[in-house]
Amino acid sequence: MSLTRLLAVAKKEVLHILRDSRSLSIVIIMPVTLMLLFGYGVNLDLKGLPVYVYDQDGSQQSQDLLKRFQSNEYFHIVRVVDRYSSLTRALDDGDAKMGIVIPWNFSQRLSEGGPVEVQALVDATDDNTANVLIGYAQGVMQGYSSGIEIDWLRKHGQSIQPASVSVQTRTWYNENLDSSAFIIPGVLALVMSVIGAFLTSLTIAREWERGSMEQLISTPVTAMEIMLGKLMPYFVIGMFDVAVCAWIAIGWFHVPFRGSFLTLAGSSALFMVVVLALGFFVSVIAKSQLAASQIALLITFLPAFLLSGFLFAIEQMPVALQWITRIFPARYYVSLLKQIFLKGSPAAMLTADLLPLTAFALLLALVATRSFHKRLE
Amino acid sequence: MLGRLKQMLIKEFIQVLRDKRTRFILIGPPIIQMLVFGYAATFEIHNVSTVVLDQDHSQESRDLVSRFTSSPYFNVERQLTDSRQIRDLIDRGGATVGIEIDAGFAQKLRKSETAPVQVIVDATNSNTAFIASAYITQIALGFAQGYQTDRINRIAPQMAGQMPSVSLEQRPWYNPNLSSRWFFVPGVIGSLTTILVITLTSFAVVREREIGTLEQIMVTPIRPVEFILGKTLPFFLIGLFDVSLIALVGTLWFQVPFRGHIYVLFTGAVLFLICMLGVGLLISTVSSTQQQAMVTAFFFIMPAITFSGFGFPIATMPQWLQYFTYLSPLRYFLVVLRGTYLKGVGMEILWPQMAAMAGLGLSLLTIAILRFHKALD
Repeated sequence: MSLTRLLAVAKKEVLHILRDSRSLSIVIIMPVTLMLLFGYGVNLDLKGLPVYVYDQDGSQQSQDLLKRFQSNEYFHIVRVVDRYSSLTRALDDGDAKMGIVIPWNFSQRLSEGGPVEVQALVDATDDNTANVLIGYAQGVMQGYSSGIEIDWLRKHGQSIQPASVSVQTRTWYNENLDSSAFIIPGVLALVMSVIGAFLTSLTIAREWERGSMEQLISTPVTAMEIMLGKLMPYFVIGMFDVAVCAWIAIGWFHVPFRGSFLTLAGSSALFMVVVLALGFFVSVIAKSQLAASQIALLITFLPAFLLSGFLFAIEQMPVALQWITRIFPARYYVSLLKQIFLKGSPAAMLTADLLPLTAFALLLALVATRSFHKRLE
Repeated sequence: MLGRLKQMLIKEFIQVLRDKRTRFILIGPPIIQMLVFGYAATFEIHNVSTVVLDQDHSQESRDLVSRFTSSPYFNVERQLTDSRQIRDLIDRGGATVGIEIDAGFAQKLRKSETAPVQVIVDATNSNTAFIASAYITQIALGFAQGYQTDRINRIAPQMAGQMPSVSLEQRPWYNPNLSSRWFFVPGVIGSLTTILVITLTSFAVVREREIGTLEQIMVTPIRPVEFILGKTLPFFLIGLFDVSLIALVGTLWFQVPFRGHIYVLFTGAVLFLICMLGVGLLISTVSSTQQQAMVTAFFFIMPAITFSGFGFPIATMPQWLQYFTYLSPLRYFLVVLRGTYLKGVGMEILWPQMAAMAGLGLSLLTIAILRFHKALD
């Protein structure tokens, strides 16, 4: 292998990238866009959800109950309606996420004693939002009910203090339950999948499609030099983008960074090798740019998005799918990212993820080289 | 004109269906992505790995722990003996929730003081942590209420029956089992169609330009309108085919109910496809190579999906960002999809979405055609 020839191929690739302004823009704008997109657009912290109320009773007691809902940050009572159908219509329209129906005999039943039921109609199309709403509505209701019970007992000459359990929850690693701290570190994996596999497979498939790869092969440059020379610029770009993303995450979105930059750089370099090898391999087996780009999306971007724990917890997937996630390298990298950013785990604790990632890097590099050699013969 | 258009359509269909790989792209990725999404995309939590440290060893503390053991949301894996174990397990990722009941818990309850429960949650996944915390609070409140009822029954059994109490009757509409799958599957139909139709349309035109066959077509008697129709109609039909295919997988495989009218869904699909064809054409007018088209398409598709409410509620985005969501045709189509699938609503509710898509679609298509004319001249 000659370094001069290797660098010549790399230089040619750099010129390709520089000449095509849009490819160049993807290199710089794409990471920034993805970071901003997920930083601002993906927020699972539900607050102030629109609630409609149908208070059939209109008494002091029902007003008290509604006030409790109003003072809770998760609910926002948008409108008080006087017909059941207005409530159902608001749910159908999506104007309300929850409708509270207080029965006409609410205060009467309370003074007579015995249980009263208040209805909560919840738009459960989005199960996550519905879950949160129901949980907090139950909490409000239990607080109210327990107050009523104590008052009643006191009135009847029994002074009983409420039994209360206070849950002191500490949420480690992400103290404010900030969804951006949870999501943003994983965006790095998306960015690198796009740069590494998607962009690489496209550029190289283009050479195959246009026939310029054959021209390149007929020169004294060896297969290994072509491969490394073509991939080197993308490696540098990928690492540059990691730095840009980390900078945005920490400087702009204030995601805590508790680990070391060295482990971040090391694991990112490993993942970069993985996606580059994958992208190269795809471009060799897929003959057209269309096919290459679709396959690259399917085996790198999609797993990085869905099967990596980036957004959806792997433990919550069906067991068979949990096994499948293990064959996609993105899973290990996302796990590394979250540990490095939020937990600040030392390298020794990361071996469970670093080892498989290293194995993938070696294996895929080998597969890519072999397939390229074969294609040339 | 019809004759020429027919020839053009035949040519396009041959071009798309001739290649084995392209044929695969039309059917393979949509089905794979639908299956992966259906299984992987979930915000539900079940069997969160939990460890318990009970230092009180009282009847009360055991009661509380058993409430966690019997909850489907938590999987109490170990009873610990030392509080350092909790830290260690959570640091290593061996457990997500640690519950610690200090000595004196029962005594405080009996004396009507507030009895504390310490909870530590690994919040690297803020969503799991958020929902788990809500369930923990719910369980603890339920325990406190049960304890109080027991006590009242003991002290004043004659009063217990008359005491007023309020409870919340929750009715999750549209999705009674609060299943994430029901939320995501209809949405996937929209997001997959977006990706497929935009890429195919923009690639089809740009490919002709890149290999130079566009000039050849232009010297034939074909008129630009016929050319555009010939280019877009096949993808319109393919889009409809894919919508039906994915919808079938959703209904037959994932058993997501379809409660509305087919014609409402297809009206929405037709309007939505017009928008997507417009976007695809528009991208083709600003790109001279397939790679550029792909990159531009990516820049459109990512925000269009993120800001559509596909996975993340629009209501939680910053206000300025919410205005942007009105520009994404997918936003409206998702309302139609979820409206017809889960809510079973018809045109009387969905007409604003249809109107918005019609407006967006016509403007996009007009701009695309005008630009296309210019590009040809």
